[in-house]
Amino acid sequence: MSDALAKQAEALRVRAMFEAAGARPVETDVLQPAETLLDLYGEDIRARAYVTSDALRGEQMLRPDFTVPVVQMHMAHGAEPARYTYSGKVFRRQEDDASRANEYLQVGYEVFDRTAPEEADAEVFALIASVLRGLPLRAATGDIGILMAAVGGLETSARRKAALMRHVWRPRRFRALIERFSGAAEMPASRRALLDAEDPFAGAGEMIGLRSRSEIAARIEALREDAALGPLAEGEVALMDAILDVQESLPNALERLRDIAVDMPAIEAAVERLARRTGALAARGVDVTNLQFEASFGRASMEYYDGFVFGFYSEARADLPPVATGGRYDALTRVLGQGAEIPAVGGVVRPGLMLGLREGMS
Amino acid sequence: MSLKLGVPSKGRLMEKTFDWFAERGITLSRSGSDREYAGRVEGLDGLELILLSAGEIPRELAAGRIHLGVTGTDLVREKLGQWEQRVEELAELGFGHADLVIAVPRAWVDVSTLDDLDAAAAAFRAAHGFRLRIATKYHRLVREHLRDCGVADYQLVDSQGATEGTVKNETAEAIADITSTGDTLRANHLKILDDGLVLKSQATLFRARGPRLDEAEKATLAGLMRKLGL
Repeated sequence: MSDALAKQAEALRVRAMFEAAGARPVETDVLQPAETLLDLYGEDIRARAYVTSDALRGEQMLRPDFTVPVVQMHMAHGAEPARYTYSGKVFRRQEDDASRANEYLQVGYEVFDRTAPEEADAEVFALIASVLRGLPLRAATGDIGILMAAVGGLETSARRKAALMRHVWRPRRFRALIERFSGAAEMPASRRALLDAEDPFAGAGEMIGLRSRSEIAARIEALREDAALGPLAEGEVALMDAILDVQESLPNALERLRDIAVDMPAIEAAVERLARRTGALAARGVDVTNLQFEASFGRASMEYYDGFVFGFYSEARADLPPVATGGRYDALTRVLGQGAEIPAVGGVVRPGLMLGLREGMS
Repeated sequence: MSLKLGVPSKGRLMEKTFDWFAERGITLSRSGSDREYAGRVEGLDGLELILLSAGEIPRELAAGRIHLGVTGTDLVREKLGQWEQRVEELAELGFGHADLVIAVPRAWVDVSTLDDLDAAAAAFRAAHGFRLRIATKYHRLVREHLRDCGVADYQLVDSQGATEGTVKNETAEAIADITSTGDTLRANHLKILDDGLVLKSQATLFRARGPRLDEAEKATLAGLMRKLGL
């Protein structure tokens, strides 16, 4: 059997396991309208996905994942609750590492269910763990919802919170914002000069382009208001750092976060969700005492996840991409749902990597 | 076989490259009429001059169809993924200086840094319903730079020429382009962001890492390196 056929067979075997768990198999188009993905992920997606075009339909993307089309399909005409599975190729542009595959099989399991979200989180994780059983993998979990709750609870302006929320998935920019809002980073000279100027438009010259003078004036006003606002409290910044530093076994992480929640009640509800999830995982036979939890897990790489996140990694081959990843993406359904929304969680495995690891063991 | 050297086929870049080699005892010239893109080399046996567009030189180097090539750092980095593994920089030639910069309308008095650009982009998208457009032909370099700096809510629109005019023509809100003096930017009511420098570029002699050289080609390369003092 050729390598490709073996991978295909492995994919179908995994999909059958997902079907046995109650998922309905679905198929999506390989070519996806580029605009949807660009609006969702921004220009960065062009570095990771192949773009092609024709004169009639404009830009199309070779699907970089199944999640977006599956969510669209469900929101257009899905009954609730729903569980879906799919298997097929995804395409990822690789410009910096020729050893990474630019097309590979993914098998996924997605749950759309309004009741008991933590149960659904645990269901997806436990199912994927069972599919991977026997392989030398280490699992890591996280919860982006805790950081988002912390941001939402900061005692500062709505504008600052929105700026931080917007960059939750860009750790460097997020850190730079925290430093600016807390006064740790000095205001750039150019901004100081702008705020001190009697007539900020003095050297503006001719107005050109679509961004209007009133838009510019509105931002100057926002900057003035922000400058008049006090810095973030030192204590709040320290608590935020303490949250981001949490990196231990799930039960210990939970204890640590409960301690932090005493001083930062805004995260209480999110921490209780983590507790319920931990219980649900344990009830499904997951060894939670040895399961790693990292509060910043998935922030740099898994942008549409806004709650539970997880990944399975090869212990021996740190160079390999994750064998499975997944998480909760309620916000994505809001963006794609045009007013509608549904809590959703899912994950994908890579049968090609599973086969490779199994061969490496024998 | 001969060692193939790719040089831009016209303009100041060609003339300055010819001068640079001439100062080192190698005379390059266009043979025949002005319209013919064939080259002649005097001063080193076994070196063949290939005249082609500066923009095609990175691709030809990567494909191994030429062994050496003179082109801008900007073009090599834009066009070749993992460029360090495919070409080696042998010498910076000291001309063809150009900076790839991000520029916005001078009227944007509230935007001086990439941080400001990011905030303006978020507000622009909310107000206009589409992502702030940055016109450029250096898609990869600009995208990587903006990603590293955490700028979001923008889109790159392709502009292969007259990029400085796109803002006034309302086909873009900002631009990323090569500038040497900034005069054209000023004339078009644009300003460079304080931290808007994406890349400093100049004409550079590159060696392709791909092709395996035969004995004669190796000897020619060694002779060339001696003459160039590299």
